Amino acid sequence: MPAPETAPPRPRRRRRSRGEAAVAWALLTPNLGLLALFVIVPLVWAVVVSLQRTDGFGGGTFTGVDNYQRLVQDPVFWRSAANTVLFTVIVTPLSMALGLGAAVLMNSVLPARGLFRSILILPMAISGVATALMGVLLFDENSGLIDKLVRAVGLPGVPWQSGGTAAFASIVLITLWWRVGFNMLIYLAGLQSVDAEIYEAGRLDGAGGWQRFRHLTVPLVGPSSFFLLILNVIYSFQVFDLVFVMTGGGPGNATSVIVTYAYDQGFVTRDQGYAAAIGVVLLAVMLAFTVVRWQTSRSRDLVD
Amino acid sequence: MTSTPLAPVSSGPAVAADGAGVRTARPSGRRRRDRRLLVVRVVVAVVIALVVLFPLYWMVVVAFSTRADLLGGALRFWPSALTTENFRRVFDSFPVVTWFGNSAAIALVVALISVTVNVLGGYAFARLRFRGSNAVFLVCLATLMIPVQVIMVPLFTLVTDLDLYGTYWAVILPTAASAFGLFLARQFILGIPTELIEAARIDGASHLRVLRSIVLPLSKPLLAVLFFMSLLQTWNDFSWPLIALKQNELFTLPIGLLYLQGQFGSDYGGTMAFALVNVAPMVVLFLVFQRYFVQGFARSGIR
Repeated sequence: MPAPETAPPRPRRRRRSRGEAAVAWALLTPNLGLLALFVIVPLVWAVVVSLQRTDGFGGGTFTGVDNYQRLVQDPVFWRSAANTVLFTVIVTPLSMALGLGAAVLMNSVLPARGLFRSILILPMAISGVATALMGVLLFDENSGLIDKLVRAVGLPGVPWQSGGTAAFASIVLITLWWRVGFNMLIYLAGLQSVDAEIYEAGRLDGAGGWQRFRHLTVPLVGPSSFFLLILNVIYSFQVFDLVFVMTGGGPGNATSVIVTYAYDQGFVTRDQGYAAAIGVVLLAVMLAFTVVRWQTSRSRDLVD
Repeated sequence: MTSTPLAPVSSGPAVAADGAGVRTARPSGRRRRDRRLLVVRVVVAVVIALVVLFPLYWMVVVAFSTRADLLGGALRFWPSALTTENFRRVFDSFPVVTWFGNSAAIALVVALISVTVNVLGGYAFARLRFRGSNAVFLVCLATLMIPVQVIMVPLFTLVTDLDLYGTYWAVILPTAASAFGLFLARQFILGIPTELIEAARIDGASHLRVLRSIVLPLSKPLLAVLFFMSLLQTWNDFSWPLIALKQNELFTLPIGLLYLQGQFGSDYGGTMAFALVNVAPMVVLFLVFQRYFVQGFARSGIR
């Protein structure tokens, strides 16, 4: 989420007018109404439902924190949580590093730079389902192209569907294909606001290419990195489309993540209260991460 | 495609992260090294581009491949013959046209609602003073962090209670309830010179009139960014429509695609033909209106 900037400086001479506030609230009504009805109310409701034992949709009976206690003892939940964390820990740094590398490349002297950039960001236009199905097609362990290639060079076939680790890897690879372009775009915007003279100064001081990258580029795109770290972690924690379509959480629960598990509980098993509890835990973890990251970056800024 | 053009250095402005764009008289060893570097860069860029393009190329190839090619075990990178039989099979077995229409209608209505409410809200937050303005703005932004999966259970009950389940509105309203454009709209409107607005206000124009005759005409790029972003996201949306769309005839293309894959199983020709129907319109829009998407993604950080 972008850092909200402070409100505009207000002209002092203007009198505070009641009318202005009324107009403001009137203009905000459609927006706030939609958000309140379809986000805030369901959110509060989710917390309430998570404290209930439910049978299908509709009323439930309050059971306090039973759902949360069940969660703690549920091995499938822990498996899904561990998979989600693993996915996040792999995908976030990789997509940021590849994105930064591609952005540096796209920001350097390169023929047909515009064309390359367009190609790199093209996956952003592709729907998650179509992306996942391309993955299914390419990674099919019986007829997929990747497997044919692997066999053609004499290696044994990879169990992309029947093996847990391979299935997980196939999701990670497709995710990177889908998301690196976005990371590149944000980094590119960051790089383009950097003054080229800084690099020339670094070069005159005798810094080599890697040193300039390490000591100039990386710190200079710090704000983009901060922004992307939060966005990538939030995305990874919520990953759903690709997993749901490519593996459905299988084989076994090898690729089950928190959100696919919550979906199964809520809309397949129809254990609504339990699904809501999983959702609430997910939100709490994401909020905690964002707040901690925000705080540490603030205090670091203060120290600097 | 792997040939590496050496001669023409970028025609665009020489922005160079590594300072290579700033060229003065230098020893020739230096220049030879710069040239080698350029070759390396071009090769890397071509490889990356091929990796990105290949799955899309493969999707097109499979969609137009004959059954014999697809079932044959041979390793081939292009079809031996082109056919439209996959498309015909898909269009005969599924209401593809209806699904396309559903996707288009839902995406358009969501985009229109979203542009309208976010521009109105953006103007209020940017230019009007009222108590609690900053707090309300922060709360709106905070809602962006809530994934639909956290609220899907009560949201489903809610749309059912509101008698929306089984209609397009079950998807449209919750999807349109997003503050994603609010930040962009506020920032953009803050950039419109205060003097213009103040002058009109002193002349006695109401806020609505200022909005209509000053802010809107100056905000065309903003409107385009918000519109295309919203259209793209809604067109490609999966999680919520999967839950909220009751019956077959209401499906959007991504949901139809999943349904079709369930029926067709490993008939990749048919699945990819249909995937192409889902993907092609947005790829075309994306390429034609690229600058709006780029601005939208870069500034709002969606995805």
